[in-house]
Amino acid sequence: MNVWDWNFAGQIIPALLNGLRITLVATVLGSLIAFVLGLVLAILGRGPRPVRIVVRAVVEFVRSTPLLVQVYFLFFVLPTFGVVLPALTVGVLALGLHYATYTSEVYRAGIDAVPRGQWEAATALSLPRSRVWTGVVLPQAVPRVLPALGNYVISMFKETPLLIGIGVLDIVGQVREVGGQSFRYVEAYTIAGLLFLLLSYPASLAVRRLERRRAVR
Amino acid sequence: MIEFDGVEKRFGDHVVLSELSFAVAPGEHVCLIGPSGSGKTTILRLLMTLEKVDAGTITVGGTSLSHMDKGGTLVPADDKHVREVRKRIGMVFQQFNLFPNMTVRGNLIEAPTRVLGLSKEEATARAQELLDLVGLGDRMDSHPTQLSGGQQQRVAIARALAMRPDVLLLDEVTSALDPELVAGVLTLLRDLGASTDITFLCVTHEMGFARDFSDRVMMFDGGRVIEDAAPEKLFTAPEHERTRAFLHAVVDR
Ligand SMILES: Nc1ncnc2c1ncn2[C@@H]1O[C@H](COP(=O)(O)OP(=O)(O)O)[C@@H](O)[C@H]1O
Ligand SMILES: [Mg+2]
Repeated sequence: MNVWDWNFAGQIIPALLNGLRITLVATVLGSLIAFVLGLVLAILGRGPRPVRIVVRAVVEFVRSTPLLVQVYFLFFVLPTFGVVLPALTVGVLALGLHYATYTSEVYRAGIDAVPRGQWEAATALSLPRSRVWTGVVLPQAVPRVLPALGNYVISMFKETPLLIGIGVLDIVGQVREVGGQSFRYVEAYTIAGLLFLLLSYPASLAVRRLERRRAVR
Repeated sequence: MIEFDGVEKRFGDHVVLSELSFAVAPGEHVCLIGPSGSGKTTILRLLMTLEKVDAGTITVGGTSLSHMDKGGTLVPADDKHVREVRKRIGMVFQQFNLFPNMTVRGNLIEAPTRVLGLSKEEATARAQELLDLVGLGDRMDSHPTQLSGGQQQRVAIARALAMRPDVLLLDEVTSALDPELVAGVLTLLRDLGASTDITFLCVTHEMGFARDFSDRVMMFDGGRVIEDAAPEKLFTAPEHERTRAFLHAVVDR
């Protein structure tokens, strides 16, 4: 038996690409949740003291427990409350929630970097609070933190294989399937690794370019 | 138009203003002078509702900034009340504080459209008028970063004027400018003072400007008004030793 069988490699590619599709779906949807929820957490983190304390506590709690535990927790605990969701949905929610606690810190740093004079000028012009956020603060804060957000998307992409624990057939899930049937793992894991590399390397180059562009300005 | 009555302001244990009382009549031009750290900026910030008083009251056009009348009794002002009084007051900052994410046009029409409810066309027409007034009629589509400090400050003045304030607060508006740009901004302010009936309260270190712009000059030190007089009097025959020493120090600079 050869270490590498080209024929077999060719056969499994469709299944792996199918897995990659799931990986990408989880990453994209998870990122969307992380972007939106993180922003909400960051804004609430600047709210009245009680709100701030609650947000702080939630963020700390989620950050100090492993993502895998959160994935299992949602998957096995939600049904006891009568909420039965497909594994992929649970996975997306867990990824989004977990990463939202990181993106909220990123947004917070971006918001803190907006000079106080901007808030004051907006207040002096009587702009309503909501407009101060959407018209003045966020348009200055968000572009600055896009590279950092991009890095979290890449991390999330690389962490999606955790979801196989709850039966999501992402790319690594597919590798295990085909491996389990044929007892050949070299081709499948190698191709899976290459596919990850093929996507995350250009993505990190893109993030770096974005960082440089922002640094120049 | 503006009235401070027994105002106290503390930052922690540090009492910045205590028992401060003074009034400014409608249309009057008053300059605040005094050493750095004496509380001049704090006075403007209190008026702009960027800070809250710890004791005493401030009224603008007869309306209290900190309290409102509710069925005959005075209760602490809510957000809505504060926003209403705030609309009558404009402020220009030392560091301009233009919104860098907007063009000059955006800066000028933002508040008139969002707060006063003007249409985009009306607000743009007003913006154009004001830009012409401040001598930047052709810079409507520039970004703040493309403008010199002096030009940015003119836009900031136009932005404050676009809200048609009754009171304009100016906090050392030329202090951050290169020396050659100062005169232009001061000339603009003199013109505004002469052509509008806005009430001006300005903090400045430009004694020449304070002298010919103001109806009254208040010398400040340690959070108290130590001398309050017409500029002709205060600059030529100050009564207090502290005023004399201060004027001496700034003029000799
Ligand atoms: N936000 C603040 N927190 C603490 N202390 C402050 C704050 N703002 C002003 N102060 C203090 O209040 C005093 C008066 O400040 P300020 O009004 O800026 O003086 P001026 O404008 O006359 O130089 C200073 O001692 C300053 O350190
Ligand atoms: Mg000051």
